[in-house]
Amino acid sequence: MTTVYVPRDSAARSVGADEVAAAFAEADPSLTIVRNGSRGMLWLEPLVEISSSEGRIGYGSVTPADVPGILAGTAESIGVVDEHPWLASQQRVTFARMGRTDPLSVDDYLANGGMAGLRRARTMTRAEVVAEVTESGLRGRGGAGFPAGIKWKTVMDCPDGLKFVCCNADEGDSGTYADRMVLEGDPFMLIEGMAIAAYAVGATEGYIYIRSEYPDGIATMREAIKRAEPWLDGFNLETRVGAGAYICGEETSMLESLEGKRGMVRAKPPIPAFEGLFGKPTVINNVLTLATVPTILAGGADAYQSLGVERSRGTQVFQLGGNVARGGIVETAFGITLGELVEGYGGGTRTGRPVRAVQVGGPLGAYVPTSQFDLPMDYEAFAKANAMVGHGGIVVFDESVDMAAQARFAFEFCAAESCGKCTPCRVGAVRGVEVIDRIRTGVDRDENLAVLEDLCELMTDGSLCAMGGLTPMPVRSAINHFSEDFEARQP
Amino acid sequence: MSEPPTSEPDRPRRKRREAAAPSPASLVDPAIAAPVRAAVAACREQRGNLIPILHEIQRTLGHVPEDAVPVLAEELNLSRAEVHGVITFYHDFKPSPVLGPKVQVCRAEACQAVGAEELFAAAPGLCGTVEQVFCLGNCALGPSVAIDGRVYGRMTASRLREVLA
Repeated sequence: MTTVYVPRDSAARSVGADEVAAAFAEADPSLTIVRNGSRGMLWLEPLVEISSSEGRIGYGSVTPADVPGILAGTAESIGVVDEHPWLASQQRVTFARMGRTDPLSVDDYLANGGMAGLRRARTMTRAEVVAEVTESGLRGRGGAGFPAGIKWKTVMDCPDGLKFVCCNADEGDSGTYADRMVLEGDPFMLIEGMAIAAYAVGATEGYIYIRSEYPDGIATMREAIKRAEPWLDGFNLETRVGAGAYICGEETSMLESLEGKRGMVRAKPPIPAFEGLFGKPTVINNVLTLATVPTILAGGADAYQSLGVERSRGTQVFQLGGNVARGGIVETAFGITLGELVEGYGGGTRTGRPVRAVQVGGPLGAYVPTSQFDLPMDYEAFAKANAMVGHGGIVVFDESVDMAAQARFAFEFCAAESCGKCTPCRVGAVRGVEVIDRIRTGVDRDENLAVLEDLCELMTDGSLCAMGGLTPMPVRSAINHFSEDFEARQP
Repeated sequence: MSEPPTSEPDRPRRKRREAAAPSPASLVDPAIAAPVRAAVAACREQRGNLIPILHEIQRTLGHVPEDAVPVLAEELNLSRAEVHGVITFYHDFKPSPVLGPKVQVCRAEACQAVGAEELFAAAPGLCGTVEQVFCLGNCALGPSVAIDGRVYGRMTASRLREVLA
């Protein structure tokens, strides 16, 4: 019997996967149609796979019109998907199951290594679990890169009582979608990771804060939590939906929102590990951080730690987006160069024109010129180059990009999404837009560039959180690497 | 009133006046007050439940009317200012109902790199009200547009016209 796999991931659906699945069902009612997660080869979506004796044969960019040809065996395939060089050359650890399984099938999950981490964790003491995570070198995948084990230890060492584990799934940064793919494509992995965290730190309640722009992720997660109930052992897990505020991806703002308040950033200290949600000790980790924990517990810290370079251990789930020919998920050990990702996996731009700039780490990350394509993806190497790896989102721009417009947008975005609590961010963002407008119209260019630099310094040093503190990063990088775009323009 | 009598001479008078004035919540049209109270009841067991309640009101009424504020304040024992502050902080809670499909065009960097600004400029001519949104998580297949929550990738003005037709 033939099984057809048509992804249910919203990226695949955005280019017609539902219509393709319906066409298969109509063409041959005897087919078994599995709505799997996406493999992450997003430029090939909808990527349909047909089971065969050699493995799952893939067909890229399928439309309903291609269905009869695929079933008749006359359509051109991309071969066995698992052997596709783009995929086979990666080191998939967190995304090992992604796209292979039906995301909501408990049987699929268990048959593909699921629950091994939680089972092993429960045979260990809490301190041993935390030590394992610390030794793995796992750092927060949300962008800041704080060692996960140290955070956990702080919460574990707090006196017993009400403690929380919160998963930050408010993935608002442009160029990132790996969290969404986990929510939609492998939700049990995240649940398992949170259950391990809860066990390790002694938490009884957990929240997954998902942005409202991800309705598919919310629905999948809610259903998965219902089905995973028996594994949770009394750990009460709930999804909460954001309400369209970017700033709620900042951890303290997210806590305020979870408490039912305006998403205003809190001053730190106290850090959330001591006084977090409702004033209780709280572990806050990003989706990918928690989703990586089951693998670490199942395979041991050493296996994970052996991947990567310097202090960036393990793998990162890089996300290629923007104007890129082969956009999608590239999970590989830290240390791969930016150029290998953009030119190698990405295949350059979608428009075919030369790459001019790449923004790494989201809207608050630096614009990197092609002359720095030899930079290794490593937290510290990027920091040294005044850039950041962040959460591994990589957005490609071709030569038509106007970098002064991108710098202006960084301020415009900050002005629109600032929580308003601290002045450097609330007012500085608005002033930044005005100053760039003056520079571009040729009003006292040099003086205004000096004012802009001053403003960037003030925002970096004086803002409460990363929103105001990092908005200068894309701006400064645009000025430093693409100063020619800041010449006056003829109106 | 089971409170002990107070020695302050003006206190009983003030209390009487308060009791006589109808509460702001009681003046709200039942067509709004009833679904608002139902939303509160549905989320009663959740901690920090104001955001889930507001989502439920937005879902059932298509917006979060100003008249919901005194009802929520009474139900949740918050000040009206606090409730108003929360509602206006979040983009998802609309002060008035939006007619027609909800069209959100992504204007974030990844979609900008493939022409989102041009699409955003052209969209109002195709569908009336258009919201900007910063990232729909479809960054490899932009420009992205969400119509009533469903995401469409590799969007162009002509395809948007087709989808909305």
